[in-house]
Order: sequence, then C-alpha cells, then structure tokens
Amino acid sequence: MNDFKIKIREQSDVQIIDLKGYLDAHTASEFEQTMQKLINEKKFNILVNCKNLSYISSAGLGVFMAYIEEVRKYKGDIKLANMPPKIYNVFDILGFPLIYEIYNNEEEALKKFLKKS
Amino acid sequence: MKHQKDKIVKYLKIQSRTENLSKVRKFVSDAAKKFGFDEDEINHIALAVDEACTNIIRHAYENQGDKIIEIHLLTSNNSFEVRIIDYGKPFEPEKIRKPDLKHHLERYNKGGLGMFLMRSLMDKVEYQINKNNHNEVRLIKKLNK
Repeated sequence: MNDFKIKIREQSDVQIIDLKGYLDAHTASEFEQTMQKLINEKKFNILVNCKNLSYISSAGLGVFMAYIEEVRKYKGDIKLANMPPKIYNVFDILGFPLIYEIYNNEEEALKKFLKKS
Repeated sequence: MKHQKDKIVKYLKIQSRTENLSKVRKFVSDAAKKFGFDEDEINHIALAVDEACTNIIRHAYENQGDKIIEIHLLTSNNSFEVRIIDYGKPFEPEKIRKPDLKHHLERYNKGGLGMFLMRSLMDKVEYQINKNNHNEVRLIKKLNK
C-alpha cells in the first residue's frame, strides 16, 4: 500500500515539492531521496506545499531537519506553505515554526524566495 | 449523570515493519472514535501510537521486520489506554530528554522527537522495561466529557 505521493515542479528557480497523503516512517525515505536528489543537483531553493498532506510523524519531520542546515549553507531555504491545521499542530508542538518559514500559500512563499535573490 | 463506559479490550498483533504503521493508526483511531474522542484527539492518539511503534521498529528491533509488536487497548470510565509490547532491546527513556531544536539541527536525532511528541500528545506515558522479557509502553488519554 502506498498512500504517499511526491511531485516536483519548478517555478522561478524554486523547486516546489507537493506532498500528498501520509508521511510516516514507512514513506519518509521516499521524501528523503527526493530532497537528497535536489541537493545533489544543487537546487537549494525548496518550497514544500503541504496542501494535500494528510499526516506527518516525527520520521517525516526528521527529513525537514536533516536538510535545512545544508540548504541554508548554500544560501537556499526550505519554506513551507498551505499547511492544514492538523499538520501545523504537529510542527507547532515541536517548535518548528521558530526554525522554518511557513506561509499561508505558495505565492507568499515564492515572493520571499524571489526577494532574496 | 456521568455515563459509565464499559471496559473494552481490543488487541492487534503486527510484524515489526513500517508498512504496518497505517494498520496500527487505523486500529487505534477507530477505537478512539468509538470511545468518544473528537477528531483532534483521535489524531493525537494515532500519532502517539505510531511514534511508539516506530521507536520499537527502529530501536528495540533495529529494523528487523520479522519481530512482533502487540497493541492492547484498555478502556475504563474516561480513560483510554494503549499498551504496546515488544520483545526487543530494552529502551531507556530517561536518556531521552526534551529535544532542543538548536541542538537537534547540529546533531540530528529523530528518536527524541518521537518521544517528545508522545509525551505532548498523551496525558500519561509510562515505560516498563524488560518486564518478564518484554518492554511495555503505556499511553493514556482521558476523555473530558
């Protein structure tokens, strides 16, 4: 059973990752591979759209943690957008909003990337 | 008058593979819903149980997929308890403290996040380590109605 899907789009030099479904210890490796691939390709401006993300556990959150330092080292960032309340709730419990920029929608997050460059 | 709920006991046995986590979440969510928890509470319980099972798969069984995890549900009055049993390596929860995120970014440690989530999402988390050759985690949440 695979209840998790990842799509990547590119817009104005920003990689937009659409996450869909359940991000747990079973599916986190797929997300990890996607992030690793972008970083190998030196694509450090990453926007994760969580609109269709139904679930996240610490295994999924760990992937965000694993790459944030590296992308920032190369002047990029991982920003998040369209986070459903129940997903935000988990981020919030762990204090992630202090570390990650979370935007209401993709346009706002894209603007922040463009402002910087 | 306060409605007294009957004590029900349900049981699920899975093999220690992450592909079974969705089955565990469904099992626990269905029971929590039946017990009367609201959607947020159901999500919190399912996540806490997922974290406990993930820790067992990764740490107690070190990703060996042919081991057993038992999940027992016990309810009485307003208390909903999930007991999770494994026969793997004993786990020492006192070694894991609240994650310091700054520190985490320097030293990547996912295990501590799961533990912190469990404690935040449930009213009580108890460990019984190496009790008759098994480890037991008890996750308890009260129904406030």
